[in-house]
Amino acid sequence: MNDSAIDQKPQTDSIMSGAQLLIHLLEEQGVTHVAGIPGGANLPMYDALTSSSIKHVLARHEQGAGFIAQGMARVSGEAHVCFASSGPGATNLVTAVADAKMDSIPLIAITGQVSQAMIGTDAFQEIDTFGLMLPITKHNWLVRSAEELLEVIPHAFEVALSGRPGPVSIDIPKDVQNELINFMPKSIDSTDVKAPCSALDENDIREMLAIIKNAHKPILMIGGGIIYSDACDDLKVFAETLDIPAVQTFMGLGVLSNEHPLSLGMLGMHGAPFTNLVLEECDLVVGLGVRFDDRATGKVSDFCPRAKFVHVDIDRSEIDKVISSMYSIHADVGDVLRAANNSLQHATRPLWRQRIEQLKESHPLRLDGDDDLFRPYGAIKTIASMVDDSANITTDVGQHQMWVAQAYPFTRPRQWISSGGLGTMGFGLPTAIGMALAQPDITTLCFSGDGSFMMNIQELATLAEENLNVKVIILNNNHLGLVRQQQTLFYKKNLSAVKFQQGVDFAMAAKSMGVNGMNLGQVDNPHEQLTKALREPGPWVIDIPISETEMVFPMVAPGGSNRDMIHGEEQ
Amino acid sequence: MSNENQSLLKLIVNNHPGVLSHICGLFARRSYNLEGVMIRPIAGSSSHKSCVWLLVNEVEKLPQLIRQTEKLIDVITVEQHDIKESIFEKTEQFFI
Repeated sequence: MNDSAIDQKPQTDSIMSGAQLLIHLLEEQGVTHVAGIPGGANLPMYDALTSSSIKHVLARHEQGAGFIAQGMARVSGEAHVCFASSGPGATNLVTAVADAKMDSIPLIAITGQVSQAMIGTDAFQEIDTFGLMLPITKHNWLVRSAEELLEVIPHAFEVALSGRPGPVSIDIPKDVQNELINFMPKSIDSTDVKAPCSALDENDIREMLAIIKNAHKPILMIGGGIIYSDACDDLKVFAETLDIPAVQTFMGLGVLSNEHPLSLGMLGMHGAPFTNLVLEECDLVVGLGVRFDDRATGKVSDFCPRAKFVHVDIDRSEIDKVISSMYSIHADVGDVLRAANNSLQHATRPLWRQRIEQLKESHPLRLDGDDDLFRPYGAIKTIASMVDDSANITTDVGQHQMWVAQAYPFTRPRQWISSGGLGTMGFGLPTAIGMALAQPDITTLCFSGDGSFMMNIQELATLAEENLNVKVIILNNNHLGLVRQQQTLFYKKNLSAVKFQQGVDFAMAAKSMGVNGMNLGQVDNPHEQLTKALREPGPWVIDIPISETEMVFPMVAPGGSNRDMIHGEEQ
Repeated sequence: MSNENQSLLKLIVNNHPGVLSHICGLFARRSYNLEGVMIRPIAGSSSHKSCVWLLVNEVEKLPQLIRQTEKLIDVITVEQHDIKESIFEKTEQFFI
């Protein structure tokens, strides 16, 4: 076949190439955007894309494309697609796909591959993409004929979105993209995706409620599963009716508004002191859509030492993986909450609530310097006060991420989007672009650090091209701050490879790629300039200098018990 | 040959390229000990299924291992079987 696209949409049946079929099947799935980069092995896909209504977002690095698609997926709950070519295109996608796996994000990575006749010959830009993607996806495919696309594409979307969501990857050799196929629309049998769990048993609900009824000091541990199940309102009813306070995991921030009287904030390594101390005293933990990550539990054998565990999760392999539960329900947490809410009896726990208030007062989360724009909590609080509740927030990875997780007043699910499981520096900017593409009318704030931001800074050009409402705030200490913090606390201040000898003028870097930029330390009226930048439409990079001695407190040493929190000295 | 730490699993899987990679990849990345593998297409199967026998050396992790294996999209069923009289006992002579 020659390389020219057949500029026709398929009607009832028509001859088309595998690449055209792919684009058609993506349209059928409702795909509106694809982020990606073209290259030798996916040329036919890009050729077919020009006659589609799908908007292509040209990233500057495939990892950026992966995170742009992730940003769209994370903020909407829909599956989103990224494209890359073979070889280095595919290897560059790997980090974004692995990140999606750890945080259960429905990302669909579609890569070009060398022609099947060339596979195994060490051809130019050949890599075993199937092998690379295998351990970091929920499922992956190497498509061997154009006809297979008819099954693989709809199946891929179903796998990505069903049960516990996750990324999938589809590798398509160039000859398959060029293969002509007589396409006849047919309905795909969707029953071959395994049901994630069996139907809910009313007895399970009764049993769970009985266990809760017998507890004196129960706590809900609420996680990302509740957001993915779209069950935050159900959780609120459940918690309020039974009067049970809730700790939130990193991925569960926003499930309950931080203003809610039952919200105890984030637990774990950088959780509030009282939150971790409440868990020392509770006698029952009801884990809802959580996976008991080590950053949340600390040393597992010391986690909630007086408590029994009830665990509800859609992924059966999470149950009893880390924590042995006295009772578990393998089901969609939303289904469980809705069923339970039908038969709840009002409860009150004045003594337990009173004890928690005592702990809150005696061991509060201290936000030192929250009135100073040039200190971490101050910058975050000031910026939060300048935008309204509608702003979406993302971060990179490091100290700034934890400061935002601790201090930003999240009020709703999917407002907070951050790389939890994999902890990928470079996540923030491309993800923010994706979030803004999916919700262009909402301001997207991307808090970053100078270390993280350099890892995908090239996407500033993509941001300028799309002219989106993304405001990047760099808390700049010219260091790898969280590493510096750990070396300070745990390696006798032996600072090794954490200071950047060569600083970066981020405002100038932004301007060089078509984005507004300023260094807040160098302007006359920082508050005024900041307000203006946040409120005017369009992208901005705002560089805020902070001291490298700032630390995230409290901190539990990696592998340590949550009760052994390190607290900073008051500054 | 059987020792009490070993278990025998029978998997029915979709017979297409890559399925064994998915199984072995899972065992490798979750560090489950795999002692033996036998795989053949199911005779006379028109639905393109294969049967996989796995000899695994895990006691504590066995329930986790089974649940993780069940999650694989191409794995249709996982059953635990007795090692006595199994394919691995009958073929011992070929592995000396």
